[in-house]
Amino acid sequence: MNWVQLLVDALSLGGAYALVALGIGLVFGVMRMINFAHGDLITIGAYALVVPSAAEVAEPYLGAFSVWLMVPMTIGFVVLMMLATERFAFRPLRERHADGASLLISSFAISFLIQNVILFIHTGRPKSVNILDGLRGYVSVGDVRLPLIDIVTVAVTAVLFILLVVFLGFTRPGREIRSASEDFVMARLLGVKANRVIAYAFAVSGVLAGAVSLLYVAKTGVLDYRMGVPLAIAGFVGTVLGGIGSLWGAMMGGLTLGFASAFLQALLPPELRASRDAFLYGLVVLVLLVRPQGIFSSSKRLERI
Amino acid sequence: MTDSVDPRRSSPAAAASLLWIGRVARPSAALIVPLLVLCIIIALTGAPRLESIMTEALIYVVLVAGLSIFIGNSGIVSFGHVTFALIGAYASAWQTCCGPMRLIFMPELPVWMATAQVPLGLAALLAATLAGFVALILGVALMRLSGTAASIALLSVLFVFKTAYENWDGWTAGQSAIVGLPTYVTLWVALGAAAVAILIATLYRVSSYGLRLRAVREDEAAARASGVNAWTQKLVAFTISGFVAGLGGVLYGHFLGTISVSMFWLDMTFLTLAMLVVGGLRSLTGAVVGALFVAALRECIQVFERGISVGDNLLQAPEGTREIVLAIVLLSILIFRPQGLVGELEVGERR
Repeated sequence: MNWVQLLVDALSLGGAYALVALGIGLVFGVMRMINFAHGDLITIGAYALVVPSAAEVAEPYLGAFSVWLMVPMTIGFVVLMMLATERFAFRPLRERHADGASLLISSFAISFLIQNVILFIHTGRPKSVNILDGLRGYVSVGDVRLPLIDIVTVAVTAVLFILLVVFLGFTRPGREIRSASEDFVMARLLGVKANRVIAYAFAVSGVLAGAVSLLYVAKTGVLDYRMGVPLAIAGFVGTVLGGIGSLWGAMMGGLTLGFASAFLQALLPPELRASRDAFLYGLVVLVLLVRPQGIFSSSKRLERI
Repeated sequence: MTDSVDPRRSSPAAAASLLWIGRVARPSAALIVPLLVLCIIIALTGAPRLESIMTEALIYVVLVAGLSIFIGNSGIVSFGHVTFALIGAYASAWQTCCGPMRLIFMPELPVWMATAQVPLGLAALLAATLAGFVALILGVALMRLSGTAASIALLSVLFVFKTAYENWDGWTAGQSAIVGLPTYVTLWVALGAAAVAILIATLYRVSSYGLRLRAVREDEAAARASGVNAWTQKLVAFTISGFVAGLGGVLYGHFLGTISVSMFWLDMTFLTLAMLVVGGLRSLTGAVVGALFVAALRECIQVFERGISVGDNLLQAPEGTREIVLAIVLLSILIFRPQGLVGELEVGERR
């Protein structure tokens, strides 16, 4: 395998993981909760592209619109669903002062609920669907042919990250999210509305999830009701790896995981490649043992007593 | 915390140990006797369907009791305990599966293991011990983590073992199922196993180890300052709960007579965790009540999925209803009764 190709592979996989990790990290910042259902919101976005049926090749629904309509509609739908989970599950829990364990379990329950509702509506059969056919081509760089979709994934990740930095740094909702992540109680005392800032974080997280749905389906062309689970796990691990609570860390953690994954795929002996994920997550557990605070967190946060 | 300092600590050693036996025997009996009565009633009705439902529910009691030993006392939500059920089920299959077929399913087993005929009870014990041993090894590393990081790391562990077992074809038949396990798990075997699991969990809970781990759960800094080693205490609970969850896995395999890696994945994780939360995250009574309640609920919904005839019409709920209803029940419990059905109550224990 060529090194340029490997690098682009790693960047595109890492980019997708980084987007998931950022979405999870944003919500974690304001709520101190790992949102298990994030992966399933990605699945929802993917399934919104097709008409419910038991057919093996699905008929496109949102996927039938032109790109300029399909992208905002898919992302908008994911954002709405993300806000709905917040409004109908997490908010009542918060209002009753649920502890961290209850929030974690409830997000697991929502994840399970979404999977089974999709199973209910769309049946459990994996389906294939074609969207964004234009991205199916290749780009030649020197004597290497690179899949266009991988390059687009890298570009989209970069653009979204820059937009996110601008949003968090220079807009009022963004600043509210940052201050609430720093110290939720203090932010409220200074006039940040708790429900509103959490809704902002969920909405932005939804935009990132919707983008991942589109990129993922455009790359693989396959729908499965549990397709979001491995992505979400990669996202959690990316968040934890990068240092939980830091967005920059989440981005770097996701990228690192993508790189490790792509390089293991290329370098492991073929008979072990199928177990790549076992090595990958084993490696992650090892890293966490050496640095439980994550590899990219600069200062070790001391526990306050 | 429900434990109180024993006022008669200065009494003679014999009296103290009698008292201690009472502290274990009363709560265990308070859980086991109702289960026994329920089983006798079901056996008297003689309905085989009812018997198999109860057997499965009792196996879940074992699994959830295992989960409760760790989660209930440490307060760390584990998404990885199904790993130990997986390990236990396969370890038992290596020893007892299907006679000459064993080498067809698992061609790379070493010869001595492929031909061994281990008695079923011993095989179950060995398999659960292996699960406990794996928990010990993993725990040495993982129990340094706490809170959310521990939950995520435990989920990673489940992911690692699922992927590894799915690709370890020579020992686990990969993604296909192993069939023909001896189905020795009757109602009474399951009841016996549930009694053992309840006894182990109670013994641990009333022991000083259990008390120290609950101190860590309530306030880690204060517990450490009082000389409790948090890591050791978590590790003890993790190992014991791995053993009990492993036993649950063995029983499940020998109840169905067939195992595959995909049985021990997110569905089982969700189901066992839901049972524990519905009953009450912090109490063993909650684990038992939750397991029975959720098992009964699932059966009721399944009756609807098969269809009920009302007059000439067949009322039928589509497949998948069971999981959706379960998720909604779990969410409602979390929102409206977060302490679970029984809260922190332990039956048969003095306040």
